[in-house]
Amino acid sequence: MNVELTGIGVSPGVATAPVARLAAPPELGADTGPEPDPDAALASAKAALEAVAADLEARASRAEGPAGDVLFAQSMMPRDPALADRVAKALAEGRSAPHAVAAAFASFRAALEAAGGYLAERAADLDDLRDRTVATLLGLPMPGVPDPGHPFVLVARDLAPADTAALDPAQAVAVVTEQGGPTSHTAILAKSMGLPAVVACPDAASLEDGVTVLVDGRAGTVAVDPGPERVRRALEGEARRTEALSGSRGPGRTADGRAVQLLVNLGSPADLAAAAEADCEGVGLFRTEFLFLDRATAPAVEEQTEVYAQVFASFTGRRVVVRTLDAGADKPLAFVDHGQEPNPALGVRGIRLARSAAGAALLEDQLAAIGAAAAATDADVWVMAPMVATPGEARAFAARCRDHGLDTAGAMIEVPAAALRASRILDECDFASLGTNDLGQYTLAADRMNGALAELLDPWQPALLDLVGLAAEAGRESGKPVGVCGEAAGDPLLACVLVGLGATSLSMAPSAIAAVRAELATRTYEECAALAATAIGADDAREARRRVAA
Amino acid sequence: MSERTVVIGSSVGLHARPAALFVQAAAAQPVPVTIGKPGGEPVDARSILSVLGLDAKGGEEVVLRADGEGAEAALDALETVLATDHDA
Repeated sequence: MNVELTGIGVSPGVATAPVARLAAPPELGADTGPEPDPDAALASAKAALEAVAADLEARASRAEGPAGDVLFAQSMMPRDPALADRVAKALAEGRSAPHAVAAAFASFRAALEAAGGYLAERAADLDDLRDRTVATLLGLPMPGVPDPGHPFVLVARDLAPADTAALDPAQAVAVVTEQGGPTSHTAILAKSMGLPAVVACPDAASLEDGVTVLVDGRAGTVAVDPGPERVRRALEGEARRTEALSGSRGPGRTADGRAVQLLVNLGSPADLAAAAEADCEGVGLFRTEFLFLDRATAPAVEEQTEVYAQVFASFTGRRVVVRTLDAGADKPLAFVDHGQEPNPALGVRGIRLARSAAGAALLEDQLAAIGAAAAATDADVWVMAPMVATPGEARAFAARCRDHGLDTAGAMIEVPAAALRASRILDECDFASLGTNDLGQYTLAADRMNGALAELLDPWQPALLDLVGLAAEAGRESGKPVGVCGEAAGDPLLACVLVGLGATSLSMAPSAIAAVRAELATRTYEECAALAATAIGADDAREARRRVAA
Repeated sequence: MSERTVVIGSSVGLHARPAALFVQAAAAQPVPVTIGKPGGEPVDARSILSVLGLDAKGGEEVVLRADGEGAEAALDALETVLATDHDA
């Protein structure tokens, strides 16, 4: 057999192993009680509880530290004599065994949940124990992450945070899900753990336990029964990429030496150390929301100045592109009245806040602080406004920046109108930066929060790439930099496409830099341009990715 | 009926490991023991779910009760477990 399933590759790498499916929680079904033999039903319920406890105990003895302590306390729960008493009571009341077990757990759950905090989390543990006991009782597959005792490819409809917490990267070598998208929890987790992952792969529903698959998290493919030759080739290719990665240093360049600045995204002071240590040419997107969210009053100019200066000082001699406050009804501020907006993504957010006197004052304070911090340090400080839609907004923003001694002012291009008229926008300011996440949401009219539309939000959508191309073209004509700072820039293959479209810089998570640099170094600018043409020639994101990866 | 008021020694309270150790110790006693907050409903000390449900925090008082032969010795043993800071 030589079947290949396709999905969206969200975490690069190649791995092969037998499939182990994440089983859904067991369905309780209708209550078929009372049990004809309540004593026998109680005995089997107790046996199921004991089996669940023994399994947890074995896991607790393998785990260390706090995780082991939690599992140890958990392993005592199914053996709780009070729990067995309540099962017996529910059986006597005429419930079936599975329903009696569920009722017994439920009777303890409420008290834990009411206590809140640590105990409320234990309430979720009780649900897991209940599901395990019911599954054992009904002879159904055990819910949660499987533990077949050998490395496996985890296959699931989708993964919840609780499922993935228990994932052991030594055992689960790759992840394939039927649902989810590039920004789903599964994708983020797999990336952080370095596990190859393919999401939005509906045909994965047909994969059964034990079937060997070859997962390519870069191409987004899952080969069923791949055969030794195919596996050998895939692993060799992966080894070559890993080698190229470890030798990757310095500024970004295409194979023919065209410079592409590789920058990092920075979202909070907590990430500063990792960002500053990264082998990068600076910060391409310094998000400043952390200073404003979750507080009752606006931060004073002095406080802001101190924080900005700290960041700039970590990047002496390098560039830092500061994005001014991007708040709105979706990211509300306690000290600004955002009113009621039925469509917050289309409402008063980003630079639009400056339309009100209060919002304009916030922006003035922020620019004053950035200006003061820039003057006191030696980073190359650029400032850009989020959600610019018109040349007039870019002009007004740039004028405010210059008032504060900030001479390099730019516009984020996240609104299709700004991409379409990028040349007019660039007439008014010094650079532009494409935020592909929002630009994708607005171009495809697909809410970023709506998982059902993940495929429309895929950054490989040719319509999104068209707009990137338009904006980059405007940059080329005016001689002004146009970079990309959305999720797209961190995908090595897509990064080459963006460069081929004309992007002059790419800003991404620090962990993505090495792979992007290595991939870029293998292609000339001409080859990148050819990849871009190939991607734009496709009809949808999946086809674009498949054609370029081929 | 023997009764003992004890202050919880573990800073995390009667949660996680301290709770598990206490319940294990209670199960090893020859007599049934109850635990409750002062003035509150006492629960079976051998029931981890009931003990967790008390939500007894570090530094809070709890009341242990037992009856019959060996009750005093059982309370002595359990008092030691409760008063120890298992997080230290």
